[in-house]
Amino acid sequence: MPLVRVRDVSQVFANGVQALGGVSLDIGVGEFLSVLGPSGCGKSTLLRLLAGLAEPTAGTIDWPQGRPDLGFVFQEPTLMPWTTALGNVALPLKLRGQARSEREARAAEALAGVGLAGFEKSFPRELSGGMKMRVSIARALVTEPKLLLMDEPFAALDEITRRKLNTDLLALWERTRFTAVFVTHSVFESVFLSQRIAVMSARPGRVRSELAISAPYPRTETFGTSADYAALCRLASAQLSDAMAA
Amino acid sequence: MSARFIAPVLMGIFMLVLWEGLVRAMAIPPYILPGPILVAKTLVSDWGTLWPALVVTLTITLQALLAAVLVGGALALLFSLSRWIELSLFPYAIILQVTPIVAIAPLIIAWVDDVDVSLLICAWLVAFFPILSNTVLGLRSVDRNLLDLFELYGASRWRTLLELRLPAALPYFLGGLRISGGLALIGAVVAEFVAGSGGRASGLAYRILESGYQLKIPRMFAALVLISAAGIAIYLLLSLISHLLLRRWHESALGEER
Repeated sequence: MPLVRVRDVSQVFANGVQALGGVSLDIGVGEFLSVLGPSGCGKSTLLRLLAGLAEPTAGTIDWPQGRPDLGFVFQEPTLMPWTTALGNVALPLKLRGQARSEREARAAEALAGVGLAGFEKSFPRELSGGMKMRVSIARALVTEPKLLLMDEPFAALDEITRRKLNTDLLALWERTRFTAVFVTHSVFESVFLSQRIAVMSARPGRVRSELAISAPYPRTETFGTSADYAALCRLASAQLSDAMAA
Repeated sequence: MSARFIAPVLMGIFMLVLWEGLVRAMAIPPYILPGPILVAKTLVSDWGTLWPALVVTLTITLQALLAAVLVGGALALLFSLSRWIELSLFPYAIILQVTPIVAIAPLIIAWVDDVDVSLLICAWLVAFFPILSNTVLGLRSVDRNLLDLFELYGASRWRTLLELRLPAALPYFLGGLRISGGLALIGAVVAEFVAGSGGRASGLAYRILESGYQLKIPRMFAALVLISAAGIAIYLLLSLISHLLLRRWHESALGEER
């Protein structure tokens, strides 16, 4: 039984732009799925629909096991500048009414989980871009969600930081096996991270093809430089070209 | 001491010396233009008259500023909560703002029996708009993604206002406050001038008028100096408050760091 069943979902914005044109997709429990597509193919819209931040114009989104707790990581770190890393990470717990001592302990734990122990009292402006993104991930994971939605979270980072974060994200996922939906426009990133890639066509977006990546975890630099990896990237790239041409 | 302090201080001293020198060299009588030394002496000798007048003007200014913060802030909150209220009221706030206070001050003074209250209303009218418009802008400049995040975690409207919109609007509000501080003083002085020509006020502007009638020009200058000093003090105080509130996180307070 999948975690979520998306059927023929379309989304038309008030200004008449059709972002999604009949998306169908199943996402399994504990799966790491990447949604790969060109800019403006409605990937972000799909995430917002999954998060319940918008309602689809047509089609259905079913949660056979009930709506799970979810975390959301935006393209930008999206931190509140007036509070510390700890305050930012503790926000979801605060909004749920958890007591201060408890939420701060859990937030500190989540920060340590993303490798930021010792930065609890830092303000966002004192952190680098990669560190801010780590805080953002810690905030999404602090509620221990069953589902983590990520909207091109590393797109604005440099290559070296991005690689490090990819590896660390996989380590976090392997530890708790939340369901991960990772939106990206990078072929390399999607192949490196996921078990399955859903390739989307340009606007109006729909899922054109799916590609299973069966390489075992943990995936390291060895996988990232292997011939298998290169072949899979070529395959995914070809599917993306097809989807864009369609 | 950096050039930031030395340059303007040297410039000021130079201008004062030039002023005093010209007054002496051309033997300009004090009832046309008193030199800075005479103004300083008058400031000391007439302190007994000027100080109470300064207190009166400052009291009105600060009361008006406080009222501007309360009413401007409350209106901004109301506007951010209801688009309809904003659409219906904002144009009138602008009309109040663009109407010259000199033109309506006589009406207000005629309508309101208590002179102090009428002065307060005039100063408030000039001061409240920057706070209102800046705070509205700030409340609306919240990161869309953060709003989504709050929605995602089921935050109520009230909670979102308290934890997200208010802190995000704080730098804008403080910017408005600094402008309003100066405007409140100007509003109070203008209203005093209007009221003073009817002989019904006791603030610094009234002292200026009175000195003008009596040709006590040095005292007039001394009163002017006091008004400027008060304006500068208000600005510095509000800047300090703003700095203290923002220094840990806002870009505007970080200038010297990099």
